[in-house]
Amino acid sequence: MFSGFDFDVIQRSAGYLFREGMTFTLTLTAMAMSGGIVFGTLLAMMRLSKFKWLNVPAAAYVNLMRSVPLVLVIFWFYFLVPYIGAWMIGAKEPIQVGAFWSSVITFTLFEAAYYAEIMRAGIQSVPRGQVSAGQALGLNYWQHMGYIVLPQAFRNMLPVLLTQTIILFQDTSLVYVLSITDFLGAAAKIAQRDGRLIEMYLFVAVVYFIISFTLSLLVKQLQQRIAIIR
Amino acid sequence: MNYNWNWGIFWAPAPDGTGVYFWWLISGLSWTLSTALLAWAIALTLGAAIGTLRTTPVKWAVRLGNAYVEIFRNIPLLVQMFLWYFVLPELLPKALGEAMKQMTPPWASFWPAVLCLGFYTSARVAEQVRAGIQSLPRGQHMAGTAVGLTLPQTYRYVVLPQAFRIILPPLTSEFMNIIKNSSVALTIGLVELTARARAMQEFTFQVFEAFTAATIIYILITLIVVVSMRWLEKRVAVPGLISAAGAPMAGH
Repeated sequence: MFSGFDFDVIQRSAGYLFREGMTFTLTLTAMAMSGGIVFGTLLAMMRLSKFKWLNVPAAAYVNLMRSVPLVLVIFWFYFLVPYIGAWMIGAKEPIQVGAFWSSVITFTLFEAAYYAEIMRAGIQSVPRGQVSAGQALGLNYWQHMGYIVLPQAFRNMLPVLLTQTIILFQDTSLVYVLSITDFLGAAAKIAQRDGRLIEMYLFVAVVYFIISFTLSLLVKQLQQRIAIIR
Repeated sequence: MNYNWNWGIFWAPAPDGTGVYFWWLISGLSWTLSTALLAWAIALTLGAAIGTLRTTPVKWAVRLGNAYVEIFRNIPLLVQMFLWYFVLPELLPKALGEAMKQMTPPWASFWPAVLCLGFYTSARVAEQVRAGIQSLPRGQHMAGTAVGLTLPQTYRYVVLPQAFRIILPPLTSEFMNIIKNSSVALTIGLVELTARARAMQEFTFQVFEAFTAATIIYILITLIVVVSMRWLEKRVAVPGLISAAGAPMAGH
């Protein structure tokens, strides 16, 4: 079955795959994760706000993002971001946004909707008494959020946030539709150049599997370590 | 900002002579739905079977089920799509592989897409089914054994009917996921809704109209699925039985 295989192609291209491709994938994942968690937390706070003008737009945004496929969102932002950029700086023509920044913006905004749902559950998992105690001490909204609720919410939700990040890591492969050289994109280029589709795609699958599986094992361990026994 | 809006574009004739652009989107929608529904049938059957196996006392079945779930969960969907489309025909026996490669256009990408989405989602369904079964009180199992039911009977009459009611909400979101994920099949050439919107954008340069239309269609699908699943949940609800625990789940 493996007789016609040329595993040498992997060795020849490994440097390029990891230097160019994996670096892009990991940078995109890290940036989208940090941006997504910050923006997602703000969205979750908006969603739980008692003001209609805050919670309605936040809910609309989250539900919109969650009902549209990521591929369509990637296309949307790829075309939309140049126009938004032009509008923001008041330019006449759509500005040039590189594929990298376009995908960072896309993934940050898309994942924010998913992180927001997780953070909302996290904030709600903090007992009401904690908030009341904060208020009794005279803390204002930002103080009791910042010092009491959010730290506990993050701790409770850390495993889920990290699992979502593993999914994000896998989802970044979809930038392939914009012909970007991420890990999969780099492998696809080599695969097509050398006519070695089978070897390259199997290799990509194995690498993604090893990384995601290791990370998910670590998350499982973490989950047991930080579990709060109530 | 100089973008020329032209909402009339949907009624302009499409270049392939099959009617107006609006019908392009509708035809894309029908491919999206048929891919998703067929894949869902696979996902639900396989997922229920494997999820159930993972809760049985049979050690090797549990390990096999766990391995299955980990493999399908830890490889990106797009990579799996490529494996089914490019790699599988080469690894199969020659005659079968040739037959796969020689299918006519829509089917050559349709069947790999259905299988890929089906197997991918089955792992996620299996995980939900396992969680659902394990969330039942242990007493249910024991009560089944105590009244003299065999293990298969306990599952059939006691455990599974309750577990499936519990996991209806997460299954709804898995079903939504399979519809959304079918858009990944555009990378192997399936012309579903997102691919149609993209093609329309390439032919007409009306980017935002095409994508807005596709977005609205996806939102409508979501609404219909959510409303009908709510109805189903009410319909099959057993009074007094615990309803789904709203545990937060990572997803995409």
